[in-house]
Amino acid sequence: MTDLILSNARLIDPETGYDGAGALRISDGIITDVAKGTGPAAPEGTTVIDCDGKPLAPGIVDMRVSVGEPGERHKESYRSVGRAAAAGGVTTIAVQPDTDPAVDDPAVMEFAMRRAEAASVVRVAPMAALTKGLKGREMTEYGFLLDAGALAFTDASNAIADPTVFRNCLDYANSLGALVVHHPQDPAMKAEGCVTESLFASKLGLPGVHPIAERMMLERDLALVEVTGARYHADMITTAGSLEALTRAKDKGLKVTAGISHHHLVLNEMDLEGYPTFFKLEPPLREEEDRAAMVQAVADGLIDIVISSHRPQDEESKRQPFEVAAIGAVGLETLLPAALKLYHDGLTDLPTLFERLSLAPSRLLGLEGGRLAKGAPADLVLLDPDVPYVLDRFALQSKSKNSPFDRRLMTGKALRTWVAGEEVFAA
Amino acid sequence: MFPHRHLLGIETLSQSDIVTILDQAEEYVELSRQRDKKKAVLKGLTQINIFFENSTRTQASFELAGKRLGADVMNMSLKSSSIAKGETLIDTAVTLNAMHPDLLVVRHRNSGAVGLLAQKVNCSVINAGDGRHEHPTQALLDALTIRRHKGRLHRLTVAICGDINHSRVARSNIMLLNKMENRVRVIAPPTLLPNGIERMGVEVFDDMRKGLEGVDVVMMLRLQQERMQGAFVPSTREYYHRYGLDVEKLALAKDDAIVMHPGPMNRGVEIDPNVADDINRSVIQEQVEMGVAVRMAVMDLLARNIPNA
Repeated sequence: MTDLILSNARLIDPETGYDGAGALRISDGIITDVAKGTGPAAPEGTTVIDCDGKPLAPGIVDMRVSVGEPGERHKESYRSVGRAAAAGGVTTIAVQPDTDPAVDDPAVMEFAMRRAEAASVVRVAPMAALTKGLKGREMTEYGFLLDAGALAFTDASNAIADPTVFRNCLDYANSLGALVVHHPQDPAMKAEGCVTESLFASKLGLPGVHPIAERMMLERDLALVEVTGARYHADMITTAGSLEALTRAKDKGLKVTAGISHHHLVLNEMDLEGYPTFFKLEPPLREEEDRAAMVQAVADGLIDIVISSHRPQDEESKRQPFEVAAIGAVGLETLLPAALKLYHDGLTDLPTLFERLSLAPSRLLGLEGGRLAKGAPADLVLLDPDVPYVLDRFALQSKSKNSPFDRRLMTGKALRTWVAGEEVFAA
Repeated sequence: MFPHRHLLGIETLSQSDIVTILDQAEEYVELSRQRDKKKAVLKGLTQINIFFENSTRTQASFELAGKRLGADVMNMSLKSSSIAKGETLIDTAVTLNAMHPDLLVVRHRNSGAVGLLAQKVNCSVINAGDGRHEHPTQALLDALTIRRHKGRLHRLTVAICGDINHSRVARSNIMLLNKMENRVRVIAPPTLLPNGIERMGVEVFDDMRKGLEGVDVVMMLRLQQERMQGAFVPSTREYYHRYGLDVEKLALAKDDAIVMHPGPMNRGVEIDPNVADDINRSVIQEQVEMGVAVRMAVMDLLARNIPNA
């Protein structure tokens, strides 16, 4: 295989904070040289791609993606999710175990990974269930699942209500050094709620869940993390009240990280006027003060990771009254432009942004990516951060088209994406 | 004129829309008291009442209203519909639409569901109650009742008491009374108040005695059976003691204050039978009469905009 040179790029390296001219040399799927500045001329026998001065960054590592395989392939297959990820500049997807059947058994995981291997153009990092059937009662076989390739354990959108069960999950996972990812939303407080309790929700007449449901569960989780010393990641933190708890835990030196979906960084509850079911998300969209606080927390690094929270749903399940419509939105192809809003608003530079998108999740999952360094995998995205366009949901690569950003003005997109040096997307 | 295709809520109505409906309804109150109660303004039109949630009173009221105006009225009952077979709301809407109805009267348990259905049909849709969202004809019939008794529908003080949180009647009434420039009070324990209520243009009271002082109108709401036992209020008897409307509490309102209730009543839970049945104070029976007239007016006004294809 001949070497590939990506020249005349604006290198964005979150590891060193470098944002400047340069070139990359890639051999056998690995970055073999990083030349900062204008760099030397390309040697004979290499393929050269001129990046035209555009930003070249490590590909996004998305910590939360739902795929419909096994069980709901009509919503999203490994083939379609791979294409969607590549189009969004995402080179690794951490897939959720909330399939049918759930990934709570090494055999199911092996099946899913065989499908992923055969069909997905991007890397797939499997997460396994924390409890059998995601029911919050009995632990899955963490040891066997780790051997089968699980990079983390989560019950996806199901929070484990029983503190004894969760404590044992943390304790046992900790003995194996495994990462526990939890969705801190108190299910008892949620009850029938489908939006955030607020004046606006009251006017719509939609049953609400108080935002404290998030902080309550997070506080409990953090107390148990303190007891067990386990590695804990809160998949999505969306309320200002939770930030205080998170700060306290980090100050204590607990092995705690937190993420947020890009939806919660740019949308708020006011988008629910007219009951648009594509905006029915989990956690529900929050009030503007919360959204603004979350944006600041991402900029400050208190929130470590920004995710797509990609959750494909078919048209039928969304064409329902709001209260009964399916939950979730596709996000792989809108994550990058939504996150770039922080850059355009002057809140972060590009290396910091890709720290949240690529490096931090990569490190958390124990992967090699997220950096432009010799020896790192050549998982890369070349982007145009400034191009404006109106999103057309039917133009998305994802099999499901449930994007809340349909017909919205977006700024920035991926131009080319490489996984292990292979081009998997070109705009 | 009445510039609306549907009546989905009070929220989209202007002051003059409300007055137009009420003025038209006055005529239908008179008509309904005649021996010959029919006026053929809806002749040739088809009205379908589709109730995804049971209601004897509202459905009967809409049926009678349509029949008095000469429409062909069909009632879709929940049990015989294919909803039970897993057909979605949209499928039902599209199927019904193919039968060329002119007026669809819809009640549904989910907020926003009637509006969703209205997007998928090409006839006029009237919201007969959607979840906790709106019940516009109830608010209009309440307004008509108030106007007839008080001689006006502005600068009145109206207290709405009871389960505000789960009530579409309360939401529609708060909006209508505010639009018509009245003072609205809500009286309820905090467990039955929606989040942000104090920013909806109302004064909030958890002490019923204070809330009733000097009001012109007392509107009681029904407390659903499933909310009486512990989860929202400790017990029926404690609720009645603190929030039930009895003669003693009513004495704090103005001497000529009227008592309203959207029905069906829980006597001895939210209202003392002596108050409910006091012909000098209670206008509950009249509300039912106004209901038919208001629904006739709404359907008449909407039907005037139906083009002659």
